[in-house]
Order: sequence, then C-alpha cells, then structure tokens
Amino acid sequence: MILEQGGKNLIEVKNLVKKYGDHLAVDHLDFRLEPGKIYGFLGPNGAGKSTTMNIMTGYLGATEGEVLIDGCDILKEPEEAKRHIGYLPELPPLYTDMKVSEYLEFVAELKGISKIRRESDIEEVMKLTKLVDVEGRLIRNLSKGYRQRVGLAQAILGFPDIIILDEPTVGLDPKQIIEIRELIRNLSKKHTVILSSHILAEVREVCDYILIISKGKLVASDTPEKLERLMNESESVELESKIHPNMVREILSSVEGIDAVEIEKTENETTYAKIEVKAGYDIREAVFLAFAEKKVPLLMLKTVKVSLEEVFMELTQREEDVNHAGNL
Amino acid sequence: MLAIYKREVKSYFQSMTGCVFVAFLVAFTGIYFTAYNLIAGYPYFSYTLSGSLIVFLVGIPLITMKSFAEERKNKTDQLLLTAPVSLTKVVLGKYLAMATVVAVPNLIFCLFPLLIKLNGVAYLKVDYLSIGVFFLLGCVYIAIGMFMSALTESQIIAFISTFGVLLVLYLWNGLTEFLPSAPLDCMLGLILLLSLIVLYIWQMTSNWAMCAVSEAAIVIGCVVTYIVKSSLFENLLTRLLGKLALANVFTGITQNSIVDVSGILLYLSVIFVFIFLTIQAIQKRCWS
Repeated sequence: MILEQGGKNLIEVKNLVKKYGDHLAVDHLDFRLEPGKIYGFLGPNGAGKSTTMNIMTGYLGATEGEVLIDGCDILKEPEEAKRHIGYLPELPPLYTDMKVSEYLEFVAELKGISKIRRESDIEEVMKLTKLVDVEGRLIRNLSKGYRQRVGLAQAILGFPDIIILDEPTVGLDPKQIIEIRELIRNLSKKHTVILSSHILAEVREVCDYILIISKGKLVASDTPEKLERLMNESESVELESKIHPNMVREILSSVEGIDAVEIEKTENETTYAKIEVKAGYDIREAVFLAFAEKKVPLLMLKTVKVSLEEVFMELTQREEDVNHAGNL
Repeated sequence: MLAIYKREVKSYFQSMTGCVFVAFLVAFTGIYFTAYNLIAGYPYFSYTLSGSLIVFLVGIPLITMKSFAEERKNKTDQLLLTAPVSLTKVVLGKYLAMATVVAVPNLIFCLFPLLIKLNGVAYLKVDYLSIGVFFLLGCVYIAIGMFMSALTESQIIAFISTFGVLLVLYLWNGLTEFLPSAPLDCMLGLILLLSLIVLYIWQMTSNWAMCAVSEAAIVIGCVVTYIVKSSLFENLLTRLLGKLALANVFTGITQNSIVDVSGILLYLSVIFVFIFLTIQAIQKRCWS
C-alpha cells in the first residue's frame, strides 16, 4: 500500500524486510511520509512497530529494502540522514549517572549543534518538556515520567525535521499524557512527527494519519476519519420500541434496503433491534414512517458508526485469519 | 567523537572505576618502588614497573568491561548509533577515553625516576621508555578488552573473558613450549590457524564463495610449500605464536634495556586490529 498525495516525500520506506532468524518481524513494508504531519504507527504488541522505527533511524540494518530520509539512504549516507532525525526509543537512552543538564549538553554536542546555539537550544527544549525544575538532578533519581521527558527532550534537541517517538506516553500519568500530546501537536507545526502506540484513543487524538501494522505488514493507512468511513460503507441502524419483537419484525418487513435484522428483548421490557443496511440506503426515514403508520412510538432510532477500535480489530484480526488459513 | 570522549572520561572518574584503577596501580607500584628502589637501592625504575604488569590483568578488564556491554544492556547504544556520528568515531571516542584513564597512572609514574635521581644515579632514558611502552601495552590490553565488551551484554562476562585472554597472553611464553616443532606438525597447525580465521570471516560475511576459495588457497599453498621446502615450517608455530607474548616487548626493555621497534609496531597493529574488530562486531549486531 502506498500513500501518495503529491508533494515532497520526507521519508520513503521501500520494500522493507527484517528477519530475525526464521522470524519475519517486518514483512515488505512500503510507505512514504510527507513533511509537517503527525503519523501514527498502530499495531498490537509485537507487530513490528519498534523494529521498523529502529531500522528507520539506522539502529538496525534491514534484511531487504531501503529507507530514504530526505533523499539520503540511511545506510549509505548515515551521518547525513541521521542529522534529520530525533529518536526516542522504547526505553529512553539515558546515562543515569549524569545530571539532566549535563546529559542534554552531551546530546547536543553529539548531534553536532554549534556552540553558539547549544545553550539556547537546551534551554528551549527544557522549557518545552518542563524540565527546568529538575535540570540539576541526577537522572538516576528521577521518576519514570521525568525520565520519559528527558528522553523526549533528547529527541527534539536540535529540532530535527523528523521526530520519531516509540510509545512516548507509556508509563506517564494522565496529566503528563495530556501535556505530552499537547507538545507533540505543537511540534508538528514545524516538524514531522512519527509516533507508535498500541493505544487507539491516543493515535486518534493526536495523529493526522494512521498506519496500521500487523505481523510486520501494513494492513491499512489513512486518516482516522477515512478509516472509520471505510468500514462504514454498510451502516447499521439501531432502534428501540415497547412492542413485541414479532410486531417489530412485521413492521420492518415493509421497509426496503434491509439486509438483516437482529431482535432481542431488553431487561426493561422493551424490544431492541439492530438492522444491517444494504450499501447505499438510508432507511431511517422509511423506518420512522412505517412505525408511525402503525401508531407505534419509537423510543430510539440511530445509526451506528464503526469505531476505530473495530476497524483495528477487524484489520488485525483478518490478518490473523489469513495467516491461519495459510498454515493449514 | 569529542563529546563521547569527554563523557566517558568524566564517567570513569565519577563512577570510581577510574579512581580505583589509578589508586590501585599507583599504590601497588609504590610498594614495589619502596622495596626495590628506595630500600634495596636498585637504580632502575623500569624493573619495578615490570612487577606492576600483573595489576593490568585485573585492572584493564575492570575499565573495559562496561565500555560497550553496559551501553547495550541499558540501550543507551541506541542514542550513540542513531546520532549523526560514525561508528568509528564512537568506538575511537570510547577507546581514547579508556587510554586516558590508563595514561593517568603512567603520568604519575613519570615522577618516580626523578625521585631516584634525587637520591643518586638514575637511568632516565630507559625508565621513561619503559613507562611509555608500559602505557602502550596497556592500550593493547584495552583494545582487547573493548572487543570482548562489544561481544556481550553482560559486564561480568566481559570482565572474565578479558581477564582470561590477558592471563593466557601473560603466560604465553610458557605455553608456547608445548607447541610441536616438526615441520609437518607446524604445517598442519598453520592450516588449522588460518582455517579458523577463514571461519571467522565466513561468520562475519556469510560469503561462501570467497571463504571456500581462500581456504583452498591456504591448504594448497601450505602443502606445496611443504613439499618444495619443508625446512621453512621448522619451528614455525613457536616463532609465529611466540609473537603473541605481547609482554615480551615490554620485559625486553625492563630486563635487558633493549627496545624492540618491531615489537612496538606489533603493539600498534594489535591495537588497530582490535579496534577494527570492535567496529565490525557492533556493525554485525545491527544485521543479525
């Protein structure tokens, strides 16, 4: 699956394969990312998100395929390509025997930020990640949330074009999560941000574009809205009424465009029906009029949209089924 | 590279490892110095220094064990390897930092010959040369230790394997006496040794064709040379492997005041080879 919407590609991943022995961790991954957006890698644990990120940042070599960062091959021109990337791995790479400010200074020097800019850059990054209060403390003595922030500060130091964050909000408290999301959104004004997560809500909240990865393969990639709409092609309608289920079935039989009906009695003596609608039909008005004709009041009538969760489950599940079939 | 170098040096002296190493080496040498030079009145400091060689066996692994093993375990290598710095510079930065730690006690040693001079005759040239070679030998050991550390995630394993290798090198003179000297045995031994190198290259590159060709060349070359002129193989193993007794170059100075220039070249090439192997080992890890 290739995302192509015109414009310049900041990152190109071509036919990427990574094998660990016999295990295929990344399976022919192919995508292109444009500047100035927040991309979300979504997938269950062990889907190959971290491996992909490690290859994109040049930490791991790929078995096959190539990664181009702003036109530079990460393996052939590593120094040039890595200059464009700030990376926060799953576990923040911190030297715990250093103070926060010392550590950031080390990273700044490592990234080759010029002496004149170094001080101001570090200060700005510490302000952004709210580390000013702890700058003189040893990293060893910091809580997990703060360590994560130091890791994040390290990644955005020098303000590279691409910021890659592997599960940036893991282990943070809700307030910190909101702060970090806010920060990521701010960063996306000037940078391309790629983050991975197995939490849907987070990805939907923050990302402009989602890449769903399962078993090392890209199973879907689109904006969150489009992904939901994609699955919504056949909608379903729910309704609730006080009459007997058989009556409901009878009334519905006169309505056109119904694929299937599921009826059950609820605990508070009402009848609940879930109607699968054929593609292209909007049956709500027809249903309302049919019930009105029989003078049966409707307690509820609504269309149900598929949530991103279901899209995710459906896509990653489908993959599993295919694989199982392949094994047989 | 400078950033890594500075951080490493700082970390060695903040985490006590560096301090303990320096203190231990200086204290040990100090005791020898008092006994040999001050009390017994022997005018050569170089002789004292040869006693300190054994401290290196424990001290060097102590310094090198964490160089790459710890980074890998704490995943901080992800920072270094994804930074816009080449791997060679990362390795060199670390290596030079460790060399600096070893240089500190050696700089302190430079005072000792002067103390002897204060009390009478001193042989400054020999003494300073031996300190220089002692330092260089330390650098060779560091390169070996760094390579061992790059192979593993565990500092303990890095320590023990480095200690083991250094101990074998230390005892090498005695061990080479067990080697056979007959030409046929030497030829077979040489083939075996070269095959091991080919095996290692095959492990690293997985290039079947190249390794098969070089293995064939080795076997044919050795056999043909043996048939043409078997005397070439006489005592070859001892001559060849005897070079591995790296400390010989150093003891040559301390015992006989002879500076073996080829020995110093050997030191430099061993350093180069192990730095190269370290880089290869880390690179290989990215691909497996």
